[in-house]
Amino acid sequence: MIRLNVNGQDHDVDTDPDTPLLYVLRDELGLNGAKFGCGLGQCGACTVMLDGQAVFSCLVPAAVLPGRAIRTIEGLGNNAVQRAFLEEQAAQCGYCIAGMVMRAQALLEHNPHPSEQQIRQSMAVNLCRCGTHMRILAAVRRAAAQTVKS
Amino acid sequence: MSAELSRRGLLALGGGLVVAFSLHAEEPARPGSLKEIPRLDSWIKVGPNGSVTVFTGKVELGQGIKTALLQVAAEQLDVPPERIEMVTADTMRSPNEGFTAGSHSMQDSGTAILHAAAQVRGLLLAAAAGELGVAIETLATADGMVKAADGRSLGYGQLAAKLDLHVDAAPNSVVKDPGTYRVMGRPMPRIDIPAKLTGSAAYVQDLRLPGMLHARAIRQPSVGAKLLEFDTAPVERLPGVVKIVREGNYLAVVAAKEWQAIKAMRALAAAAKWQETASLPEESTILQTIRSLPTRDIPVLTWKADAGAPERRLQARYTRPYVMHGAIGPSCAVAQLIDGTMTVWTHSQGVYPLRAALAALLRMPPEKLRCIHVEGSGCYGHNGADDVAGDAALIARAMPGRPVRVQWMREQEHTGEPYGAAMIAEVEAALDADGTIVDWDYGVWSNTHNRRPTAGGLLLQNAALPDPLPVPPPAPIPMPEGGGERNSNPIYAFPNARVVSHFIPEMPVRVSALRSLGAYLNVFAIESFMDELAQAAEADPVRFRLRHLRDDRAKAVVLLAAEKFGWPRVAKGQGRGFAFARYKNLGAYCAVALALQVEHETGQIRLGRIVAAVDSGQEVNPDGIRNQIEGAIIQAASWTLYEAVHFDRQRILSRDWSGYPIMPFPAVPESIAVHIVPRPGQPFLGTGEAGQGPTAAAIANALRDATGVRLRDVPFTAPKVKAAIGV
Repeated sequence: MIRLNVNGQDHDVDTDPDTPLLYVLRDELGLNGAKFGCGLGQCGACTVMLDGQAVFSCLVPAAVLPGRAIRTIEGLGNNAVQRAFLEEQAAQCGYCIAGMVMRAQALLEHNPHPSEQQIRQSMAVNLCRCGTHMRILAAVRRAAAQTVKS
Repeated sequence: MSAELSRRGLLALGGGLVVAFSLHAEEPARPGSLKEIPRLDSWIKVGPNGSVTVFTGKVELGQGIKTALLQVAAEQLDVPPERIEMVTADTMRSPNEGFTAGSHSMQDSGTAILHAAAQVRGLLLAAAAGELGVAIETLATADGMVKAADGRSLGYGQLAAKLDLHVDAAPNSVVKDPGTYRVMGRPMPRIDIPAKLTGSAAYVQDLRLPGMLHARAIRQPSVGAKLLEFDTAPVERLPGVVKIVREGNYLAVVAAKEWQAIKAMRALAAAAKWQETASLPEESTILQTIRSLPTRDIPVLTWKADAGAPERRLQARYTRPYVMHGAIGPSCAVAQLIDGTMTVWTHSQGVYPLRAALAALLRMPPEKLRCIHVEGSGCYGHNGADDVAGDAALIARAMPGRPVRVQWMREQEHTGEPYGAAMIAEVEAALDADGTIVDWDYGVWSNTHNRRPTAGGLLLQNAALPDPLPVPPPAPIPMPEGGGERNSNPIYAFPNARVVSHFIPEMPVRVSALRSLGAYLNVFAIESFMDELAQAAEADPVRFRLRHLRDDRAKAVVLLAAEKFGWPRVAKGQGRGFAFARYKNLGAYCAVALALQVEHETGQIRLGRIVAAVDSGQEVNPDGIRNQIEGAIIQAASWTLYEAVHFDRQRILSRDWSGYPIMPFPAVPESIAVHIVPRPGQPFLGTGEAGQGPTAAAIANALRDATGVRLRDVPFTAPKVKAAIGV
């Protein structure tokens, strides 16, 4: 059994210690937000927050999770970042979007007023194939203009 | 009521606009997909409680079609969008509209729903007129009700209970006056986005059925690889492993949990021994190989007319490599066999063709299969969606009763999807003394652009199975749509022209439909060459294009893009580029103007301002059109600057995003502005594939303007640009 804290709640899950957080979230806890994209830390579709940092959940094994705070898009509660993405209609297929939102959330918690270049650099590890980048950037700028509660 | 609506009855409805789509008195063609599926209740059902269900055979691919079709239905029915349920492709419920492809969804399904909804509204009005004993002209519809001038009203539910919608649509409809539209033509937030922003189940990847197992295939490492004997016992003993499926060279593993399936897959892949042969061509000479393969030559057009004497001839050759769809989410499907009936949840673009292909592969009667579309990651054409459904169905057959979920791994998606074909275009043209194009000679060399699973033999698993089905030979897609020759017919008025499509049956690398098919390369070639000719004629590229255009809607789009860009103004150090096309010369018009700069130290192209203008006919969701064009521009810019599939003689080497880089955030343009030419009441033209070709050529033209160097072989990678500019 491994005890995890996800979105403020403790969960005891029976999983192999090498199971990546991604599969713990999806298959043990039934959370859909984090997506499998590459399993290699190259695309960011699986991005969640771990102790306030954006991480690739496909690379973090369950063994290192006890005592650490995991945050997923399900735990944001329709916050300013999600609302900004909705207002900008910043999705096409949307498969990458939960990861984008979590990456943006982590950025804005650390740097509430990022420059355009800082936004682009920070989002660089998350890939989008539909070409929704301009709207995603606009959504992050819009969210930055609001109060971002962590 | 007769099965055919009376045309006179519909014409009698006042205040509407009659759209006559055919003047043939004998067999008038019904508009859009009503041609093939004429029954009104195939498209629209009105329940006794007034609930409205709209059916489409098209699917949501992230292009926003579900929302746009909802807007069309809501507008023509006068029912609020939130009270309409949209049902997309499902072989048990929806009309069979083939594939969701080719920017056809608005023309086919949008047009069908527009007319079906208008006719259903007409029938409801007529029924209300009878019920209330008033003239139909005195009635109005709003909010799912028919309202009389005297204040009486009847709900659609009450009226529909007495109506038979199982009737053929009339060829003509009374659709609303576009001037009165309140839902169509106005931006509507996409109905699918909220779930995607909250982590609700939105994709087939998120489907969890009771008792569901997870499976992974262990793919043949190269085409034709033979699986040799090996010991599977150690893998069978791994935790969670339920079964190993082996049929000929097809190998898969089923486990209780997904991570267990992945570990078992890796263990099996490590243990499996394969006999491989060098089945791929040499990558470094692939374009010469393609150019030298036997062709079937298909004349596209020949124009002959009097013209000025040719003074100057130019020629050039343009190429593109194999390009990947590259979905961010690897393909996924869930299948379950219960009592001899197989249900497959799939993000295929065509559930009916997939059902037929799976039936053949599984040797099952098609009526024992049901394919239900559930959204997946964006596909951009024929990617792994159908093939992973083949995996799920094959494995589910071995696990009767249990739902089986299969998602491809990243390297399976990268190496297993069919690519967009490598292509070559060769063009020669002559200018007269006035700088007018008087002669045009164009040839394009390409494989097919359609190996969609219209037969079981085309599914990826077929070749691995012990008793493979016959594989149908590749076929060209005839013009006017075309495959490799799509958009090879120039939109410009050249007095003399010859265009030939050199169709290459032999496919050295597996290929199929990639967004825009041959249009990307043909528009890239034509629009690059138009700039080369403009330069030779010492003419402004925009004016040069306008001078050769006769189509007023084309000119309007060119002028709008140029005006909004402020052509030819760019910042110091930047180059400017312009390009234009009408998709397939029968779809949407799109012009792209852009500025870019080249980092001389690295050769990296930095995209600046991009302005596009588009005419998609009657606009339904303007924000959806803008989103699609923005996406087309960025995706095509990524193809143009970064992308080529790499391989050695045995295997595909582009196995992940490091081996196949795409455009990252820091490299996207400074800005993209999309301007729509409003065309109220005009037929829908589709949007999704209008921007790709113009983007590629606009980049090439701007690069030439910025550096003096003309590149004709995409991708324009930084090392290639650096070598070309020689700094």
